[in-house]
Amino acid sequence: MPREIVIDPVTRIEGHARITLKMDDNGGVSDAMFHVTQFRGFEKFCEGRPLTEMPALMARTCGICPVSHLVTASKACDALLAVEIPPTADKLRRVLNLAQIIQSHALSFFHLSSPDFLLGMDSDPAKRNVFGLAEVNPGMARDGIRLRQIGQTIIELLGGKKIHPSWTVPGGVNEPLSAEKHAKIVAMLPEALDIARRTINWFKRSMDGFSEEAASFANFPTLFMGLVDAKGSLEHYDGFIRICDSRGLVVQDMIPGEKYADIIGEAVESFSFMKFPYYKPMGYPQGIYRVGPLARLNICDQCGTPVADQELAEFKQLQRGAVLSSFHYHYARLIEIIYGIEYIQRMMADPDILSTHVRSRARPNRREGIGVAEAPRGILIHHYKIDENGLVTWGNLVIATGHNNLAMNRGVLQVARRFVDGNKLQEGMLNRVEAVIRCYDPCLSCATHALGQMPLRIELVSPSGEVLDEISRGA
Amino acid sequence: MTETATQETPAAAATGKARVATIWLEGCSGCHMSFLDLDERLLDLAGMIEMVYGPLVDIKQYPDAVDVCLIEGAVATDEDVLKCRKIRAHTKLVIALGDCAVTGNVPSMRNPFELAAVYDRAYVENAQLNKQRPTLKLPVLLDRVRPVHEVIKVDIFVPGCPPPADAIYFVVTELLAGRTPDPSLVTRFGK
Ligand code: SF4
Repeated sequence: MPREIVIDPVTRIEGHARITLKMDDNGGVSDAMFHVTQFRGFEKFCEGRPLTEMPALMARTCGICPVSHLVTASKACDALLAVEIPPTADKLRRVLNLAQIIQSHALSFFHLSSPDFLLGMDSDPAKRNVFGLAEVNPGMARDGIRLRQIGQTIIELLGGKKIHPSWTVPGGVNEPLSAEKHAKIVAMLPEALDIARRTINWFKRSMDGFSEEAASFANFPTLFMGLVDAKGSLEHYDGFIRICDSRGLVVQDMIPGEKYADIIGEAVESFSFMKFPYYKPMGYPQGIYRVGPLARLNICDQCGTPVADQELAEFKQLQRGAVLSSFHYHYARLIEIIYGIEYIQRMMADPDILSTHVRSRARPNRREGIGVAEAPRGILIHHYKIDENGLVTWGNLVIATGHNNLAMNRGVLQVARRFVDGNKLQEGMLNRVEAVIRCYDPCLSCATHALGQMPLRIELVSPSGEVLDEISRGA
Repeated sequence: MTETATQETPAAAATGKARVATIWLEGCSGCHMSFLDLDERLLDLAGMIEMVYGPLVDIKQYPDAVDVCLIEGAVATDEDVLKCRKIRAHTKLVIALGDCAVTGNVPSMRNPFELAAVYDRAYVENAQLNKQRPTLKLPVLLDRVRPVHEVIKVDIFVPGCPPPADAIYFVVTELLAGRTPDPSLVTRFGK
């Protein structure tokens, strides 16, 4: 008798995601559905707005990574204007984008995930948050808060605001970097690097305690997709799309971002507002791929900065070929933080960074424009069409978290198969399911459960609606 | 209002701390991120308030006797309406945090369009496979996105997109001190 288990991140009062597990006749789990329950309609309601509004408007898709949307939208608008932006504007946008990767990765690692590492996956849920962290390890809590603050402060110094700055514009950025702000940024970076190095050393020492998680958390072969530069180095702002397989071999390389539709298709499932992108040449759902920090480190030949490259060499020792376990997203995030700090240091040392030529001006010259960049959670694509007056007529957004949709569903299924037994739901299941999802640091336009712990309720329900078993985590 | 804000609940009496909840409706999480931008002041606040519900902590049910609830986001689905009603029934002071909650802001930009056209853009025009409108165990979108005060009574409005961390700190600490904050001193719409 096929049954369903519904995991609802609460009693109706919260949650933009929930999970249903389908049982087969033998009491095994046959399928997992990760429901994303928020749908907002940006692709439609951008219609009729002037293209110049796109960066600030599209930034409102996400308050955790608004800069990614701001930068990617600006790039799509550069394409509509058909301008080349000044070299200094290019560098400043890179700094802004990396500052955000630093703050977002810090949030994911310290505020969200470190309570699991420090307190254990099965510790008291009431303590598994940043406040609980502050009690058991105040030094680490302060490090996390400070590192995120440094990222946010760089964004504020450049863009005037920590969240939703509107500094990048079609054609460049709207204000050059002053010497005074430059000095402030430079002064914060050594402290940031110290925190990042201290943390990665701690994490590497602690990792042995998580070998079981590393072995079982969404540990399966998939393709990996991300951007690299012309030399195959780690890249977050521009460059080309590269796809590698689970052995680490390049499947397709040097694909310009504008050609994304040749390789990425989007499927719809009735149970989620989040679409399911797939690698077109392999079809759906075989064309499953992962994006984000783990994917970026798996596909790149090198980071291109000294400390990050040392760390990358060690990281690649984890496994021959690509590193497959999604648990290692955490590790990859720490390496990217180091890279981001080193890269910003390099940009700040470039005398050109203070140039006042930071914006190219033009009227719309093309009817269609595509922008591609790396957001903290993976490759992000904005695609717009405009009319002769520069008003948007159509938009398409392929969001970083979306690319991982197939992989998140498969990861939940993998865990559920281990932790569901007949009519019974085992205790460890809630934390494990939640932790698997947290590896991906999903930013579901609401990201409800990206922040803090996901409050969960699981029900095992028969076709007639009878509750066979129930389990919940929390107070 | 000042009185109700400081009046002790049994639970607050137990810990001596104000019971604070936060929730996300149809927003971008930016207002919550602005709250996190309190940085080390978060740790100071932790000594004065008890976070009893919200994405920042791990409690599964909206509890009874909440002193203050900060609501981010507009009301966009049938489930959002139910959440608002539940919050109102169990909370003394409801704060609309940010422009989405206060005015509908960006989410309400879909209101001039037919709902069907909004769905079709995403799931028919911009999809290659299995084109369909997702509905299985998903909330039903309202025809019109609404600000929170159209659904329940709101006690304090804090505009901004998002309101700056300093403004959030001002509002929360004023409430803790038993005063009624005037957010217009520290915010402006869209800022
Ligand atoms: S008010 Fe602004 S920052 Fe807050 S949820 Fe709405 S769009 Fe995001």
